[in-house]
Amino acid sequence: MKPLRSVIVFAGLILLWHIVVVASGTPHYILPAPARVATALVSHWPALLGHAAVTIAEILLGLLFGTLLGCATALTIASQRALRRWLLPVLVISQAIPVFALAPVLVLWLGYGLASKVAMATLIIYFPVTAAFFDGLRRTEPGWLDLAQTMGGTPLRTLWRIRIPAALPALSSGLRVATAVAPIGAVVGEWVGSSAGLGYLMLQANARMQVDLMFAALFVLALFAVTLYSAVDGALRRALPWQAEDGRVMD
Amino acid sequence: MGTDAPPGLDSANPDGQAAGAPAIHLHAAGLRYGAATVFEALDLVLPAGRTTCLLGPSGVGKTSLLRLIAGLAHGAEGRATDQTGGALDGRIAYLAQQDLLLPWLSVLGNVLLGPDLRGEPPSPALAARAQDLIAQVGLAGREADRPARLSGGMRQRVALARTLMESRPVVLMDEPFSALDAITRYQLQDLAARLLRGRTVLLVTHDPLEALRLGDSIRIMAGVPARLDHALRPPSPPPRDATDPAILRLQAELLKRLGTAQAAGNTRDSRS
Repeated sequence: MKPLRSVIVFAGLILLWHIVVVASGTPHYILPAPARVATALVSHWPALLGHAAVTIAEILLGLLFGTLLGCATALTIASQRALRRWLLPVLVISQAIPVFALAPVLVLWLGYGLASKVAMATLIIYFPVTAAFFDGLRRTEPGWLDLAQTMGGTPLRTLWRIRIPAALPALSSGLRVATAVAPIGAVVGEWVGSSAGLGYLMLQANARMQVDLMFAALFVLALFAVTLYSAVDGALRRALPWQAEDGRVMD
Repeated sequence: MGTDAPPGLDSANPDGQAAGAPAIHLHAAGLRYGAATVFEALDLVLPAGRTTCLLGPSGVGKTSLLRLIAGLAHGAEGRATDQTGGALDGRIAYLAQQDLLLPWLSVLGNVLLGPDLRGEPPSPALAARAQDLIAQVGLAGREADRPARLSGGMRQRVALARTLMESRPVVLMDEPFSALDAITRYQLQDLAARLLRGRTVLLVTHDPLEALRLGDSIRIMAGVPARLDHALRPPSPPPRDATDPAILRLQAELLKRLGTAQAAGNTRDSRS
């Protein structure tokens, strides 16, 4: 039922788009009709696939590094009280700098290749992951910690056996946000300076008034973003089955 | 709900006696919240190998007193020792009102939590002991289930097995059965009384009948700052039959004493 509903909504939107283009008589170099975009999708398929591979690699690597870095930071500030006092303000202030404003600098430092986009995606997801995981680590049920104390648990084991598992639902919400914003980081990075990727393709197509190709690139990007999100969401649900069993998760 | 009586209960409790349950002496305990004194210069002795029940109105500081003995109260004065003045570290197990089961662990994993947290390597002997305790609380066959699949009574049984797994001679219980329905509570009281026999137990409860079923001595805590009433010692060993007329008479007396205590508490509330 759920996939069917998505298909119906998607088809309805395309139909609406078609009607708007036909009814308003908008020229195809402003807003191409869906059929034109489909044609561009087919005729440029190899190029689209090649650029998509670059963008996907940037997104996945960004997710990997951002998650690793975010988890490491959250664990450090959650377990080291002294470090927390120093690091937490730095972390918060760093969020006052818009990550997009850093894109030109990243390109300057890391070049036109993969590295600057991976850095961009990493930076953009670093904070949501850190904040969510740290929040989860901070909010361990006090009764569990009391129990661990009377049992004579070591701090490290208590962290590993109780605090981290208890923080996983919070971390997973952070990861969902990260998955949704990582493509933005990669594409913005590509806009600022690149020689490949879907963002690069969009800029090129735009400059040549190939708006249908631009939409085709956008479509591929959206398709991947949605697929990635459902994959991550599904994996997180499977990894934390007790969350659903608890009945605390609302659909 | 597994209702069948677990087998071999009376012989199956070597841990409490073997460890030589100590008496507990709490001397000059004090707790303040800002300007309000919850209790001060409070002395309490828990007789060795006996169950002491602590009754009293809400907010009087019963839980704080229990946490003080457990070493969990921060900012409180006083220290609990055994009869020789020795520290109680590592000799106390704690059973709270919430079962505090970890939802991501199985029943078996939850019962094995203590050894795991102390870094004891998993061994067949440990697992066998845990299995045995799970059977004793009537949950044989449910070892692999997650807590979410269990009823409230079953979850508290697992918590009891986890407490017994610690083989500590002292067990502190903070209203462990208060969230359960009457029948389940009754069954768990019987189970706890049998499995905890021979240990030094402090049971904080709101329920006079529970205290009368389980307590070797019953203390009422009341007043501002809180004081402890002289101990009430019901005849006959626990667990006692709740329908026994002698117990019901004692319940009436306890309710009267509690009523007086509650009235005193209300006066305090209207003052503040």
